[in-house]
Amino acid sequence: MEEKSRPSVEGKGVFSPQTFTLSNGSEIQSKFPVGTYIGIGLLIVAIIAMIVTGVDIAIMIRNGSNFWGFIGRMFPPNWTYFEKAVGPMIDTIQMSLFGSFIGSVAALPIAFLAASNITKNKIVLGTTRFILTIFRTLPVLVYASVLVLVFGLGTFAGTLAIMMFTFSIVSKILYENIETIDLGAFEAIQSTGADRTRAIIVAIIPQILPSFFSTSLYAFEINIRYAAILGYVGAGGIGYLISERLGWRLYDDFGMIFILLFIVVMGIESLSRYLRGRLE
Amino acid sequence: MKKHIQEQLANEPKHTLRNIIIAVIVITAIVWSGSVFKVPEILERGSQVAISILSAIVNPNPRFLWGMDTSGVPYLMLETIAIAFLGTIIGAILAIPFAFLSSKNIIPKKWHLPGVFSITLIRTLPVFVLGIMFITVTGPGPFAGVLTMAISSIGMMSKLYIEAIEDLDRGILEALDSIGCNTYEKIRYGILPQLFTNFISTSIYRFEINVKNASILGLVGAGGIGFPLLQAMGNNRWNDAGAYLLGLIVVVIIVEYASTRIRKKLAYG
Repeated sequence: MEEKSRPSVEGKGVFSPQTFTLSNGSEIQSKFPVGTYIGIGLLIVAIIAMIVTGVDIAIMIRNGSNFWGFIGRMFPPNWTYFEKAVGPMIDTIQMSLFGSFIGSVAALPIAFLAASNITKNKIVLGTTRFILTIFRTLPVLVYASVLVLVFGLGTFAGTLAIMMFTFSIVSKILYENIETIDLGAFEAIQSTGADRTRAIIVAIIPQILPSFFSTSLYAFEINIRYAAILGYVGAGGIGYLISERLGWRLYDDFGMIFILLFIVVMGIESLSRYLRGRLE
Repeated sequence: MKKHIQEQLANEPKHTLRNIIIAVIVITAIVWSGSVFKVPEILERGSQVAISILSAIVNPNPRFLWGMDTSGVPYLMLETIAIAFLGTIIGAILAIPFAFLSSKNIIPKKWHLPGVFSITLIRTLPVFVLGIMFITVTGPGPFAGVLTMAISSIGMMSKLYIEAIEDLDRGILEALDSIGCNTYEKIRYGILPQLFTNFISTSIYRFEINVKNASILGLVGAGGIGFPLLQAMGNNRWNDAGAYLLGLIVVVIIVEYASTRIRKKLAYG
């Protein structure tokens, strides 16, 4: 008898779960604490990452005032700079609008090629998806820098870069969307003798159109902020002015650009949110 | 077709006028914006440049690709991932107060506007401008990158958090009230379990984006693989750029795959 009562302690690993005996005599074990181990693992990774990146809180406390100093120098903004900034700002809006439009339209047919429930040919499916993945993983800045070398400085290269970026994200969201739709209508139309193209136009396009519009609007929203970065490599738009003004330490001019950019981003986001709300 | 069906079909509200107006507005806007897309006379050397760039990129420089020193791809990718990781964690924590302060069901109407306003303010600041700001604090290097990633993550993360918070099921809180739980217990057992998976999923998604955005940090020299990549491209060292790009693409594909898998698992259990 004595031997039998002991095994509950012996023969267990260090991390074995706790055992409870319920009032009805059955034994239950506590759940394995996965979360705790993941937490400890993340903490270790974070410490390694802090060593690799040289995070130093002391520097931050000592020089933290520089950050607020930077913001302080932006105000009051140089209001007269508005006239010079408004042109490139309009360029930026045009670049992202046109780029989003063409990129989204181009993504529509490709998304069908990459959707596993429409394209049954494994080779076509795999190739399309591989190309889309490469498109998606190449940074926009790399597109823009290469395009600037090929097509010269200016808005054309930037618009093309935005187009490619929009194409890559919209096609992914869209093909994932197509894979979740109801194919019943598609099969029904085909059973009446319509060919595949016709069936796709009649039965599938209407189902994905709202989410397509919504995704395109979302891409447009993101692109405004991306377009502001592209100018840094000479691909047109407001980014060029930002890097120039900051390079010359004309922070009050940058303050004006920032206010303008803020108003445009805010305006386009509210418009896009309103339209997307109407679509749903 | 039966007659009453046809009658019903004829009664369908028609929005012809509205649709025409929308179409005209959209087409005008797009035609107007097309003015930036003037196809330039393709530079004589443009096509040659394109071909030489492409051929060099597919022949990456092995010295950088496998180099184990601090200019080699393995170390730079480690640094990039470390920046993205720390930036995401700090951003994920900083976004929580912003999200609660801007949620319509936590803060009474109208008072959530300051929160929403400050989130948009942070989102508007282009990432490289944030990078320049932080370099004035820490000097160039990966530490500036960590801080930049942390602040630039707040915008998107708090937006996604807000959606989760506004979807909170109040019934659970009432149930906990009815069995006499105190505020701490209500937060611990009623609110946290509902938000936890969503917050984790958002963080993983943002980590993926932060790894992809590594090249932007390179613009201002805030650490990671972006700076050597953009420098190699600027100096026409396309073989070196190819090595950096290859490293970045492989890591991004792995991170994207893992992130999708984990998030699917979190969403569907």
